[in-house]
Amino acid sequence: MGRGVSAALPGPVMVAAGCGGTGRELEPFCGPDGLAGLDLATRSITLDARAGGPGPRVVEAPGGLVNAVGLPNPGLEHFLATELPWLVRAGARVFVSIAGATMGEYADLARRLSRAPGVAGLEVNVGAPDEVGGGLFEVREPFHAASVIAAVRREFPADRPVLAKLRPDVSRVVESARACHDAGATAVVIGNSVPAAFPDGRAGGLSGPALAPITLRCVGVVRRSVPAVPVIACGGVHDVASARTYLAAGAVAVQVGTALLHDPTTVARLRVALDPSHDLQEDA
Amino acid sequence: MPEPTGPVHVEGEVVATKRVGAYRHLTLTAPGVPERFRAGNFVAVSVAGHVARRALWIHRVRASSAFGPTLDVVLEARGSGTQWLAAQPVGARVAITGPLGRPFALPKEAVSCLLVGEGYAAAPLFPLAERLRERGCAVSLVVSAPDESRLLSALEARRSARSVTVLTADGSVGQRGSVADHVDDLVRRSDADVVYAAGPTDTLRAAAGAAERAGAWSQVAVETAVPCGTGLCHGCPLPVVGEDGVDRVVRACAEGPVVRGDRVRWDAV
Ligand SMILES: Cc1cc2nc3c(=O)[nH]c(=O)nc-3n(C[C@H](O)[C@H](O)[C@H](O)COP(=O)(O)O)c2cc1C
Repeated sequence: MGRGVSAALPGPVMVAAGCGGTGRELEPFCGPDGLAGLDLATRSITLDARAGGPGPRVVEAPGGLVNAVGLPNPGLEHFLATELPWLVRAGARVFVSIAGATMGEYADLARRLSRAPGVAGLEVNVGAPDEVGGGLFEVREPFHAASVIAAVRREFPADRPVLAKLRPDVSRVVESARACHDAGATAVVIGNSVPAAFPDGRAGGLSGPALAPITLRCVGVVRRSVPAVPVIACGGVHDVASARTYLAAGAVAVQVGTALLHDPTTVARLRVALDPSHDLQEDA
Repeated sequence: MPEPTGPVHVEGEVVATKRVGAYRHLTLTAPGVPERFRAGNFVAVSVAGHVARRALWIHRVRASSAFGPTLDVVLEARGSGTQWLAAQPVGARVAITGPLGRPFALPKEAVSCLLVGEGYAAAPLFPLAERLRERGCAVSLVVSAPDESRLLSALEARRSARSVTVLTADGSVGQRGSVADHVDDLVRRSDADVVYAAGPTDTLRAAAGAAERAGAWSQVAVETAVPCGTGLCHGCPLPVVGEDGVDRVVRACAEGPVVRGDRVRWDAV
C-alpha cells in the first residue's frame, strides 16, 4: 500500500456510522478541539429522506444493544445543504456513509458527493443486517457488494478512499473483502452489527462488546487470507485494550459506535491514548 | 465570563439518598451540570453492567451545599437498571452526562401558567415553577399520581405556586381522578396562557388538548426510553409536525424532550 493511500485512510480511531448523531451532538464531548481532525462516518445517507423505523428502535441485550433504527436521515439534498457544511467547518474528516435501494442510487450518491466540498471519502454500507435496511439494495452474495463498490468507485475520484462496510459473517467475509477490494474499495470496514432479533422477534442488529469476539475473528481471518486489503475494525470497541486488540490483529484503524452511546467521550479518550503509539507498518 | 453551555460527561457522586413513598430521591454532585441546568433538562446516567443509559429528570439544583453544587433526581425502580441506581449508597460514583435536551421555553411576559405533572415525571415542573415565579408569572401547579405513594410533595412548590391542586387516581389524597378528568376545568380556572405538562403520554396529550381548546400554548416534556440520551443514536423517535407543516420524526432526547404540545402527532406516539 502506497503512502498516498494510507495517508488518506482514517485512523487510528474513527466514529462509526449512525453513532455520532449529526456530529453536533458529539462535539461537546470531544475536548477543546471539538471535531477538528476527527475521522467520522456519518449515519447512512440515502437519496431521499427517511423517517426511520418505529420504536422501540434500540433495546439492551447482555453486553450490547439490538437496534433497528431504520436509517433515519434527511436525504442527500438536505445533508449537503446543512449537515455536511457544518461538519466540514468543524474540521471533521467526513466519510459519508451511503446506502441505496439500487445500484443506480449508490452511483448517484457517489457522483453527487464527489462534487461536494469537504468529503474526505465514502463508506458504502453494504453490510446492514438483513431485513433491517428496509428497502436497501439486497447484499446476499459477496459479488453484490462488489458490484456496488464498482459502481461507486466509477463515480468517485480515485485519490479519495472508498470504504466497503461489510457484514461480520466469518463464512463470507474473506470473499467479500477480496471482491470489494478488487472492485476498488480502498479498505474494508469489518463490520456492521450482526443480524439479531428484538425480544418480540423483530429483526435487528446486535452491536457492542458482545459482538467483539465475532468481529475479531473476521478481522483476523481477512488479514491472514488477503493481507493486501486494509481492514478497519468495528464492533464492540469501548476502551484502549479493546481497540489495541484489533490493531494487534492487523487493523489499520478502529471505529467506535455503541461505546459512544454509553460514554460520549470514548472517541476523544481513545484518540489521545492511541495516537502517539500508532505507526502504520505498511508505510515503512 | 460567558455562561457555560452544552452538556458535560462527568463522574458524579451520590451525596444523599432518601426513600419518599414509592420513589427514591438521589442528590448527586456532577461537576458542571447544575451550573448549566435549565428546567426541563435531564441527565443520562450509566448503570453497571448496562450499555444503554438511564435518563432522569433533574428535579432541583442547589448552587451550593456542603458538597458544592448538586442536583436531585427522582427514581422509580422499575427495571434492573433503575433498581441498581436506587440501591447506590452515599459515596457511590456514577457517570453522568448532562444537562441534556431542550428545556421548557419561558414566556417573555408575566403570564398565567398551569403546570400539570404526574408521578415522578412531574419532577422538572418544580424548578420550572421557580423560574416562572421569578418572572412574575402566576403559577398554578397540579400534581397527580395513581396513589399517594407516587405523589411528589408539593410542599416546597407552595412558595412558587399561587395554587396547588393534588389529584390521585384512587382518591387517597386530594381530588379523585386523572389529569384527563380535570384538566379542562383547571385550565379554565387558572385562566392559563401557557400549559406546561410532564408525565406519561396520556397525561401530556390531555393537557395539550385542553390547552388547545382554551386557546393557550402548551409545552410538554415527553418521556420515551432514550438509549443514549445525547442525540447520537436516533433511538428515541418522536413523531411531530414541523414548523413547515410537514410530518417528521425527531429525536425525543435532542429535539425534545420538551416540545410544543400542538406539534406532537399523538396518534403516532
Ligand atoms: C444506533 C445505531 C445506529 C447505526 N446506524 C448505522 C448506519 O446508519 N450505517 C451503518 O453502516 N451502520 C450503522 N450502525 C452500525 C455501527 O456503525 C457499527 O457497525 C456496529 O454498531 C458495530 O460497532 P459497535 O459495536 O462499536 O457499535 C449503527 C449502529 C447502532 C447501534
